[in-house]
Amino acid sequence: MSVDAATVRRIAHLARIAVAEGEVEHLKDEINAMLAFVEQLQEVDVTGVEPMTSVTPMAMKKRHDVVNDGDNAEAVLSNAPATEEHYFLVPKVIE
Amino acid sequence: MSELTSLSLAAARDGLAKKDFSAVELADAHLLAIEKARVLNAYVLETPERALAMAKASDARIHAGKAGALEGIPLAVKDMFCTEGVRTTACSKILENFVPTYDSTVTSHLWRDGAVLLGKTNNDEFAMGSANETSYLGPVTSPWRRKGSNVAITPGGSSGGSAAAVAAHLCLGATGTDTGGSIRQPAAFTGTVGIKPTYGRVSRWGIVAFASSLDQAGPFARTVRDCAILTRSMAGHDPKDTTCIDMPVPDYELAVGKSIKGLRIGIPKEYRLDGMSAEIEKIWEQGREWLKAAGAELVEVSLPHTKYALPAYYIVAPAEASSNLARYDGVRYGLRVPGRDITEMYEKTRADGFGAEVRRRIMIGTYVLSAGYYDAYYLRAQQVRTLIKQDFEACFKAGVHAMLTPATPSAAFGVGEKGKADPVEMYLNDVFTVTVNMAGLPGIAVPAGLDSQGLPLGLQLIGRPFDEETLFSAAHVIEKAAGHFTAKAWW
Repeated sequence: MSVDAATVRRIAHLARIAVAEGEVEHLKDEINAMLAFVEQLQEVDVTGVEPMTSVTPMAMKKRHDVVNDGDNAEAVLSNAPATEEHYFLVPKVIE
Repeated sequence: MSELTSLSLAAARDGLAKKDFSAVELADAHLLAIEKARVLNAYVLETPERALAMAKASDARIHAGKAGALEGIPLAVKDMFCTEGVRTTACSKILENFVPTYDSTVTSHLWRDGAVLLGKTNNDEFAMGSANETSYLGPVTSPWRRKGSNVAITPGGSSGGSAAAVAAHLCLGATGTDTGGSIRQPAAFTGTVGIKPTYGRVSRWGIVAFASSLDQAGPFARTVRDCAILTRSMAGHDPKDTTCIDMPVPDYELAVGKSIKGLRIGIPKEYRLDGMSAEIEKIWEQGREWLKAAGAELVEVSLPHTKYALPAYYIVAPAEASSNLARYDGVRYGLRVPGRDITEMYEKTRADGFGAEVRRRIMIGTYVLSAGYYDAYYLRAQQVRTLIKQDFEACFKAGVHAMLTPATPSAAFGVGEKGKADPVEMYLNDVFTVTVNMAGLPGIAVPAGLDSQGLPLGLQLIGRPFDEETLFSAAHVIEKAAGHFTAKAWW
């Protein structure tokens, strides 16, 4: 399988990464080189093989459904690029 | 190199306990060495004030008879670990000014045991790379050079700064993270010891996530014993990481020096690659002889799906990375580049904040997870991963205790020498290490010799799940036979 320029633009948009028109061709070649490299997986017989979901055989631990953290808005917001009072600021989303 | 920076971690620990020198003196000696070695770019942030304050507190605890297991030991921390109040960038522009308000579980364990933070070390951006060349803060130069040459050599990656700092005696030990070989490959390239523990042995909480099902933290040090000491502190149950196992942590140091008589060591025949360098083949053979001389039984084993580990990795790792790195959106932390609307803000922020390698991997990950391609790529890669794990399980079930392989397909190369035209060329560095992450096993890289150009070569031992102790015992046998390798200071 390989990707074309339109697919590169679509992937970039899905990944929310702006791609300049001049970069598309180069990115397409790089992605296709990777896809060619992983193509060899198609020759493996995977009939009836369980896909791995957990590399160590352990049941996922669950904690009690109780509040055990919080009340530290200052710390949570301390690295935000834009805040107002105790809120993250983002550009207008709804017209 | 001063007398204090030439000590092993264990010797420094013993010297501190006997009050031969103070933790402040030990920290000072290392801070001075760091200052003189800035040309290596091993540290991306030095924390001398914090180091001296921590060392002072250590001295007080030593005098009060309340010393912890790592009391007063100066360490370096890879810039992937969150450190409270100390800038943590993952060596990415997008986190250029990120100052965590908490410590990772691993670093909090180190401070609990009395360790001293010297600074944060360089790595490939978000740990994506094998030569420390994708770092936003610039590449690291290895303390090692080829004989008669002053060409800059890579310390490997992604934990290149930690490996270089340990090799150049700029700390007594350092933390690393290993997703496909990022501890073991740089350890092999710099003549240091590095272990990736079993997946789940060390908490991932507070470590900048790359590929969550593969990431595991571990230490670098100059001796196997030092690595064992650090692993004990770093490991342990953490309720904040659901994949972290609730199992007692052994005193790994006790495994160092233990006899390996009767141990069955597997030699996987698939690791003998076509066109493998004669020097790598020779060092591997040498390693087999050392283990045999120490009483181990060597058996040839087969891991038939080995060649599929790297391609499967390059589906699984980017897929998980694309998901993990979705959080860098210019809202909660990190860089923000304004746009006309929120979508443009996201797209411009991420285009500007991520480097080329990271952007490429996110896009590949996005593609293999996208509708219509998921089964062909991601699902199949996870099936192949099951097969890779089953290969190892079959060998362990047949009585093999550990396996011996080369750590890397070559010695270190020059900065900028590889991967320029084809990224796959760089990826092939991890051919011997990546299987271990795919199967969640422990793996240790230990120095075994120098190549004809005078650069270090390492061997890798792969163990059964949660049997790091056997790796420390066997690695120590290799270390004793091979000796230690120190780069000649030129900086």
